[in-house]
Amino acid sequence: MYGLAMVKGLMVTLKNLTRKPFTIQYPEERAKQHPRFRGEEFVWYEERCTGCASCAKYCPLGIIKIETSPSGSMIPQGEKYRLEVFDIELQRCMFCGLCVEACPYDALFMGSGFEQGQYSRKNMVITIDQLRNAEKHPSTWFRPQLEGYEGGTDSFRRTPTIAQGESRFSYDPRGGPPLGWREVGRESWRWHQSEKAGMRLEQDEAVPDTGSDEPPQSGRGSDAAAD
Amino acid sequence: MTIRTEPMTVNVGPQHPSTHGVFRVRITFDGEDIVEVEPVFGYLHRGTEKLAEERNYVQVVTLTDRLDYTSSMINNQAYCLAVEKLLGVEPPPRARYLRTLTAELQRIASHLIAVGFFVQELGAFGTPLMYGFRSRERILELFEMLCGARITVSYMRPGGVFADAPRDFWPALNRFLEDFEDEFAEMEQLLLENEILMIRTRGVSPIPPEVAINNSVSGPVLRASGVNWDWRKQEPYDAYDQVEFDVPIGSNWDNYDRFWVRIQEVHQSIRIIKQCIAQIEPGPVRLDLPLVLRPEAGREAYGRVEASKGELGFYLVSDGGISPYRCKIRSPSLINLTVIEHLLVGWKLADMIVSLGSIDINMGEVDR
Repeated sequence: MYGLAMVKGLMVTLKNLTRKPFTIQYPEERAKQHPRFRGEEFVWYEERCTGCASCAKYCPLGIIKIETSPSGSMIPQGEKYRLEVFDIELQRCMFCGLCVEACPYDALFMGSGFEQGQYSRKNMVITIDQLRNAEKHPSTWFRPQLEGYEGGTDSFRRTPTIAQGESRFSYDPRGGPPLGWREVGRESWRWHQSEKAGMRLEQDEAVPDTGSDEPPQSGRGSDAAAD
Repeated sequence: MTIRTEPMTVNVGPQHPSTHGVFRVRITFDGEDIVEVEPVFGYLHRGTEKLAEERNYVQVVTLTDRLDYTSSMINNQAYCLAVEKLLGVEPPPRARYLRTLTAELQRIASHLIAVGFFVQELGAFGTPLMYGFRSRERILELFEMLCGARITVSYMRPGGVFADAPRDFWPALNRFLEDFEDEFAEMEQLLLENEILMIRTRGVSPIPPEVAINNSVSGPVLRASGVNWDWRKQEPYDAYDQVEFDVPIGSNWDNYDRFWVRIQEVHQSIRIIKQCIAQIEPGPVRLDLPLVLRPEAGREAYGRVEASKGELGFYLVSDGGISPYRCKIRSPSLINLTVIEHLLVGWKLADMIVSLGSIDINMGEVDR
């Protein structure tokens, strides 16, 4: 009687023996990371930033420190405040991404890394120089243009916004090349469009409002207009 | 001749590996029988309600993730419903379906943990818990795809959800649903009619319906006590009035029923998710609300959902400013804990942890 149960039990073992292991041996192999992953280091495009400090005001923890002086010019649109200090205290950051959501100029992106351990607390502050010089691997969090379609309205309609209509469907922030400010496109959320701030797009450039499936003629979308 | 014994007081927790989080119970034992129970909590108090008063309405969403960290999506949902009531707005239909869908996914994840730990406390170390975690991991991957984080999701916003699902989310969800049936069947086959589990839990610590109601117990614990009460049915929010599902009810009120109700609820959640996938239609996912919300002064609202642990409610009062004047959280875990005396007194030490596991408390929510 017990023998039968033992055979049954061993069948379960046998079944699991042939299965692929579910665990991942972390340092050697890595789990596939989705491009929307809110990673640790922030990606900041100085060319787009006007120093409005929306990110600092919207941060729930108040860990972004910005100091500006009223001089400086922005490559795409002219005048702006020059940033002197842009400190992000990573040790207190909870990576909610609200600063990225608040940025009206698409200058701040979430990063894609997660291995930023440091031995000292003072190293946990990202300074403006680090932000300038870092390799830019932005996350697609709240930046649907990087995912290759126009989010917000409907994800079933594909509207490429990257150069030459190239699809970023398989955008991989970790593996791909670093992206410059001209390559990351502009967010064009439908719900955002009624409150355009600064160089936010005009309606006709951002979304072909017709609902047709064909991609727009210049897939470049936003930045072409900004140049 | 009988041996004279004295009652003995034992501290269980706060760092006991078998308690759920930093929870401490002072228990007076007579031999092995529990005579008196005194729960002590507050070790994980972070002042969420007070912190909410100095953040604006969207920023509070990040706080709700950290209440019951095993069901953050549902916490987001409860809070957003409260703010929407306060503002008097309705989210677009696609957002309502996305919320329902993610909340049900989160309910599955939460119940898998509840069931896994419940069985682990019976001594089944490892295997059933890992079966649960295997499937939960898939759900968390779906969440990462959806909103970039696994636990602290912050996916929902007052007026909808922050973004539509990425295109590869839907195939991934279908793959998960296909695999999950097998995986969950394996877990059910192992546990549901397990002889040892039945002996250990059948008839142990029953909560009669009147005791449950008098203690304001809600959620699976109340339904296991034979009361048909589910806010998704009583007061449908989001898309729950569009989907069909059953409410499993226990008949023996005991530990096994609380475990059984959770297993059955997972099946119902799968049903809801499948209906959501079938019914969801393209459209906007977020209302055109400003980033800083200012509800009218003097308005107050109470938004509630059926969270994985019971009724989760947010009571918000507005004074016309950018942050709530008062934010009261009715957390199911804390209120389900009030039944602990009926649950434990008179039962033995070995059943104590199991009974505690059967009400599935989460300290992040108890202490807030």
